[in-house]
Amino acid sequence: MKNKVLSMKDAVASLVHDGDTVVIEGFTHLICFAAGHEIIRQKKKNLTLARLTPDLIYDQMIQAGVARKLIFSWAGNPGVGSLHAFRRAVEAKPPTLEIEEYSHFGMVSRLSAGAANLPFWPLKNYEGTDIPKVNPLIKSVQCPYTGETLATVPALRPDVTIVHAQRADKGGNTQVWGLMGVQKEAAFASKRVIVVVEELVDESVIRQDPNRTLIPGLQVDAVVVEPFGAHPSYAQGYYDRDNDFYVAWDKIAREEASFRKYLDEFVYGVKDRAEYMAKNAGLAEKLKAKPQVCAGVDYGY
Amino acid sequence: MTATTTASTDYTLNELMCVLAAREIGDGDVVFVGIGLPNLACNLARATHAPNMTLIYESGAVGAVPDRVPPSIGDPALVTGSLMVTSMSDIFQSFLQNGKIQIGFLGGAQVDKRGNINTTAVGPYASPKVRLPGSGGACEIAQHAQRVLIVTKLDKRAFPDKVDFITSNGKRVKKVITNMGILEPDETGELTLTALYPGVTFEKVQENIGWALKKAPRLAEVALPTANEIDLLRNTLDPKRLHIK
Repeated sequence: MKNKVLSMKDAVASLVHDGDTVVIEGFTHLICFAAGHEIIRQKKKNLTLARLTPDLIYDQMIQAGVARKLIFSWAGNPGVGSLHAFRRAVEAKPPTLEIEEYSHFGMVSRLSAGAANLPFWPLKNYEGTDIPKVNPLIKSVQCPYTGETLATVPALRPDVTIVHAQRADKGGNTQVWGLMGVQKEAAFASKRVIVVVEELVDESVIRQDPNRTLIPGLQVDAVVVEPFGAHPSYAQGYYDRDNDFYVAWDKIAREEASFRKYLDEFVYGVKDRAEYMAKNAGLAEKLKAKPQVCAGVDYGY
Repeated sequence: MTATTTASTDYTLNELMCVLAAREIGDGDVVFVGIGLPNLACNLARATHAPNMTLIYESGAVGAVPDRVPPSIGDPALVTGSLMVTSMSDIFQSFLQNGKIQIGFLGGAQVDKRGNINTTAVGPYASPKVRLPGSGGACEIAQHAQRVLIVTKLDKRAFPDKVDFITSNGKRVKKVITNMGILEPDETGELTLTALYPGVTFEKVQENIGWALKKAPRLAEVALPTANEIDLLRNTLDPKRLHIK
């Protein structure tokens, strides 16, 4: 098996290019902050960032100036309120960030089309809403079988997708449990894929439970091992979501000065996740998951 | 009359809203839910009259039994012990678009006379005064849930005659449970006052709504929370009083 293990620095340097369309997926769960931070450190330019929920990570990337455009469906701080860098950029006169907006179903459908190598995806949606009025890429088609009108969204084919996961082998066979969001579709839609994991495991561990594999190695270009790479998001079975951080972030992000100070200290000021965690003393213990181990299944025949 | 069905005179408005929302849920209903008060209402319904309801979150958890009030719809506690965890493509296609959802709870910065909901922008879209988060899954929930329920406080700015942006179509909004009374669509689809809470006047409601409010010919009585419902909320379901304060 080819060894695809790289450092985060090398993976981002070789697979994320200026001007790329970048997807860092993971719905609340397994959001790869470590990769976003490395993209900021490497001062990538003119990226189109796509994600259902930009979350704090894309807000940090917007503030840091790596993004030209945002493709999204819900831009808030979940359970807390606003994404302040996003709001500053979009509320500016004129706006300093281009946006292309869908609903969650629309974004999922765009990635489903990309993963299926189809030009578009039909869905029953957007009737009587203003969303298609502000996004001309949402169109419609008449069903050739029933005659009904269906909404359509175009395929999204990212240049690079980055997915955080609990574990993978060195060939990139990646296993995920807990919320799976749209990561599988994003990975298959993408030209290049980086997987970032809590643990690197032997191929035999993967083979013991093949139903758990969300993304096969054949679709993966690089495997990065960075424990706690999803903080303040979480990894089921490893560490809890840092809800206190999400709440505290509101105040940090409200003012550009405190936002920049955070980036200086926790992004530019560290070289990798290990240093980031060393700066957050006590965090790993505080968030450590209580075990709830599943017994497994019998794959015999 | 047993203690568990005695009306409690000691309740907060949030508790009343939560109890009224819970009573909308039938046993066996499949409910698409967000965070906050609606989530708590679902937990209350499950603990009382609707033990067979199924909670579904857009994040992919089906039959969730969260042992803490989830601070986000992607909380790990929604996964632990649930019946199924699936992709978002399954959630939106096989569950929602396929008509499996009876009730969808939605909220919004603005709700108008037709029940249309705005969670996108206050002011013009291209040059917003306040940029809101956007649709998330709300647009498709509004189109596909059989009944859409809104639980929110009345406020003149939040209830304009017409929303600035229609994020979610109001056609399936069946009830708006507010802090003063209940609004329901009349035969033309216009939200109309159908029940007032004790001590609230029609004029007070009108002051907090941005259109000339109509009221139903006969206003319904609201059944107040029972001692059992209040006890469950305070001592079991939301002991930290995150939502019922």
